[in-house]
Amino acid sequence: MIHTIAVPPDSQNAPLLRAYEQALAAKRRQLALGFALALAALFVAGVGAEVDLATLWDKIGNFTSYFARMLHLDSGGWVWSNPREWFWGLGRWTRLLGETLLIAYVGTITGAIAGFLGCFLASRNLVRSPVLGFVARRLLEFCRSVPDIVFAMIFVVAYGIGALPGVLALALHTTGALGKLFSEVVENIDMEPVDGIAATGATWVERVRFAVLPQVLSNFASYTLLRFEINVRGATVIGFVGAGGIGQEFLTAIRSFYYSDISAILLLITGCVMLIDLLSEWLRHRLLALETRP
Amino acid sequence: MSASPPERLRASLLADRADLERRYATLIGGDRKARAATLAIFGGAAALTLFGLVALDVTPLRLCSGIGRLIDIVMLMLPPSTGTWGRFWIYLGALGQTLAIAFLGTLLAAVLAVPFGFLAARNVVANAVLHFLGRRGLDCVRSVDTLIWALIWINVVGLGPFAGALAIMSSDVGAFGKLMSEAIETADRRAVEGVLSTGGSRLHALRFGIVPQVLPVFASQVLYFFESNTRSATIIGIVGAGGIGLHLSEQIRVLEWQQVSALILMILVMVAAIDQVSQRLRAAIMGQRRI
Repeated sequence: MIHTIAVPPDSQNAPLLRAYEQALAAKRRQLALGFALALAALFVAGVGAEVDLATLWDKIGNFTSYFARMLHLDSGGWVWSNPREWFWGLGRWTRLLGETLLIAYVGTITGAIAGFLGCFLASRNLVRSPVLGFVARRLLEFCRSVPDIVFAMIFVVAYGIGALPGVLALALHTTGALGKLFSEVVENIDMEPVDGIAATGATWVERVRFAVLPQVLSNFASYTLLRFEINVRGATVIGFVGAGGIGQEFLTAIRSFYYSDISAILLLITGCVMLIDLLSEWLRHRLLALETRP
Repeated sequence: MSASPPERLRASLLADRADLERRYATLIGGDRKARAATLAIFGGAAALTLFGLVALDVTPLRLCSGIGRLIDIVMLMLPPSTGTWGRFWIYLGALGQTLAIAFLGTLLAAVLAVPFGFLAARNVVANAVLHFLGRRGLDCVRSVDTLIWALIWINVVGLGPFAGALAIMSSDVGAFGKLMSEAIETADRRAVEGVLSTGGSRLHALRFGIVPQVLPVFASQVLYFFESNTRSATIIGIVGAGGIGLHLSEQIRVLEWQQVSALILMILVMVAAIDQVSQRLRAAIMGQRRI
């Protein structure tokens, strides 16, 4: 069997080809314009951020040599040649790391409870009063938009250096972040159980407890775990401003050029964060599995 | 009989209560095992919280002792004011610098992530060891906070916004690489096969088969990261890596609370504006995507 492709005569082909060329040219022009705009923005940003490629080129050796110095002990040997000297402060660092984790944990739990209480007030389908809902939503938005480390700096002034301002800062930021996510979950629930419970004469609190909570609890738990991961990262740096945890120790090591300490603490932090991530991912998958079970 | 039907039903059910409770034990009392598990989880969480509060010395007494000072600070913050217009323009310039840091960092990370993404994608690089190393390496880079990267880069290129941009780049390369590789892995094979069947080369297949599928997803992710990076860039100045954070931490240190609240307000406005713009752009990009 022979296939033939019918080629239309040139008189018919020409306008089609011309239209195709025009469409292609228009698209190319658009692309070139977008590219030029991006390049211009890049240039402006480069000037704004004081990019100095010459410096980078000169100093890029510093980057590798910095890491090389981090991997050498004061005695001159590689760090892994003498792990005991490398991790000389292991006891102290582990304690500080534990404190960091506790700060993240307590901050997350406190924030989750506050966000939990706030989210029902911020949900459009549960609160009829527009004023109450508006105030709750704006309050959560404020807590969410101000970075936790800014809260920490202010709390350090009020409470002095220590873990307390760190816990408060993380809790406040978490309240905003989780409150928003929680209220989005609540706004997407099935309203029929709520109506059913309301028909039996239940109060607002009873409606939330028996009709809303069972639908949202596993989602809430999974979001809280995700936030805990984020807060662990946050808690490692919150010590930079004096709000407790391992950050203070790390900052001291960097500022005083204790190179092998930097790598040791960095390794501990990275390992700890990755471990927490893996653990929480596993837990979240378990939670999802619970969800699908009838 | 004066009792209405519901009341009669209620009376009959109440009379039969013991039997009902026995027959529907799991419905009324709940699954005892699940109940115990829930109780144990909540109990454990509460105990750990209590332990944390004690270990971190978070007592109601200390909380109350600072509340007064906190209220003082908030009162001193009102009304927000930069003092002079000259300072306002300085802060505005710093905000611009913050944006520049975020933009540059995001773009650099996106460009750098492309080769890493292809390396970590399972259908491009078939070698399992290389694939595993790529993934774990990206995870490792991702778990170091932006502020820590900033401290490291400051030691390399000195204090200033450039270190900030490099820090944002470093902490995002991991996340971008991972997203990129996932986008490549989930790309539709049929488009590639279509290109190959018309006689296109492997390169043609990549250019016309995979890139058009991956590009919109990636572009919208870049915008999303730009949003979150403007937030990170506002605080990166705390360790000396440029932007508005430098002014913020300075003003907090010298207790100029009105300036602090003005700075926070400016940050909030900028972040909200960027969120709006980026949301529009993302919607436009995703709308172009043909499904």
